[in-house]
Amino acid sequence: MQVWTLKSTIKEYGRYAIYLFCAFPFLRLLGLGFTNSLTANPIEFITRYTGTWAIVFLCCTLAVTPIRKLSNMNYLVLYRRPLGLTCFAYSLLHFLTWLVLDHQLEFSEIIPDFYKRTYITVGLAAFLLLIPLASTSTHRMQRLLGRKWQKLHQLIYLIAILAPLHYWLHKAAKNNLFTVKIYVGIIGTLLGYRFLSWLIKKYQLSFSKMKIR
Amino acid sequence: GNKLSSIPNPALSVLDKKTSYEDVTSYNNFYEFGMDKSDPKQNAKSLQTTPWKISVEGLVNKPKVFDLSDLLKLAPIEERVYRMRCVEGWSMVIPWLGYSLANLIKQVEPQGSAKFVEFISLADKKQMTGLGSEVLHWPYVEGLRLDEAMHPLTLLTLGLYGEVLPKQNGAPVRLVVPWKYGFKSAKSIVKIRLVEKQPANSWWLANPGEYGFYSNVNPEVDHPRWSQATERKIGDEKGFFGPKRKTLMFNGYTEQVGSMYAGMDLKKYY
Repeated sequence: MQVWTLKSTIKEYGRYAIYLFCAFPFLRLLGLGFTNSLTANPIEFITRYTGTWAIVFLCCTLAVTPIRKLSNMNYLVLYRRPLGLTCFAYSLLHFLTWLVLDHQLEFSEIIPDFYKRTYITVGLAAFLLLIPLASTSTHRMQRLLGRKWQKLHQLIYLIAILAPLHYWLHKAAKNNLFTVKIYVGIIGTLLGYRFLSWLIKKYQLSFSKMKIR
Repeated sequence: GNKLSSIPNPALSVLDKKTSYEDVTSYNNFYEFGMDKSDPKQNAKSLQTTPWKISVEGLVNKPKVFDLSDLLKLAPIEERVYRMRCVEGWSMVIPWLGYSLANLIKQVEPQGSAKFVEFISLADKKQMTGLGSEVLHWPYVEGLRLDEAMHPLTLLTLGLYGEVLPKQNGAPVRLVVPWKYGFKSAKSIVKIRLVEKQPANSWWLANPGEYGFYSNVNPEVDHPRWSQATERKIGDEKGFFGPKRKTLMFNGYTEQVGSMYAGMDLKKYY
């Protein structure tokens, strides 16, 4: 008989919690929409809402590996794909809100924004870089690309710099950086963990080489 | 709020459809009470509006401290429906109650050397929860050129929608300058000074590259981070999926105010 443990429960049901978590912001947005609760400026609200959730799911995606390694729960790697795809989904909604609702597909306004306004250039770059990652997320593509897949998906580190930079530049002018700093702190920690473990690995490797000699 | 009676002034009113009372009083920029649009309605309850005094001083022959009751009977209160364009790219149409600021300024007799008017808002940490924020230097300071301040459209405002100003809208007395971006219209004013030199207004101090002293509504001069060519009217009757509106030069008040800026390079003096 299987003994009940926290870990086995997470293993069994964790993914349902993850799916629910991924869908929750969208369902809430629909709920707010149907109850007319999107504030007096719904487009601004939707833009900020989808942008915030995109960065939250970016953090969650980046958190999978450190948590997996620290907790020794290897199956957590299964959560990375839905979390990453959800990050892409909210980024797409964020981008489409800006493109269609805010700018009404008025390309004479949109194109200059791409190069004239740094925070938009940076945000657009982060979004565009997510596209190859989302479109190669299937098992089939993973198999097909083999080692290159790993390499390609390291783009997430660049995205993890561009996305908070986009947010920072947007808020910097009003010096209203409190929330931004929280995200920068979280992402910095998650990237820092990787850098540190890379450094340790490298050090250990050269150390073991020394011993062999 | 308490009712405030007024006479409509159709000559100085626009016919655009008014923004709802609900939106006008729940979507506010009033950083003394927090940075989210919904914060002021929540947090401004702690503002004490009575007693209230405004000191009008500086380069004047007859400096005077006015009580709120003095202000209420200084001139007949008019209702004027004005366009309001926020620098952030949204707009409203609001029925304000008040009278031309010129009425007040004439009372104190400006001296010849007075060239600018400085408006200073209340900054009291006990009443204002947002003053801990480092976004702006407090107190909030705004300024106008003397001719702008004396322009009939410049409204010393005591109410909106038939009642005294709700606290989140800058109670009990604020400025409304309809051809300039909204932040030029200082709220909860406690001091008005006539001065010789151009005042350093709070937003200009915080970010001179983005917010100028003049800040006239101008679709041709972009904000560094967005275009000012169009605007979203809050609660637009065409629905929020409808197209944005074209922003008008001087917010549509060119005929009345354009001559004050004749010959000025408005790209330089933004």
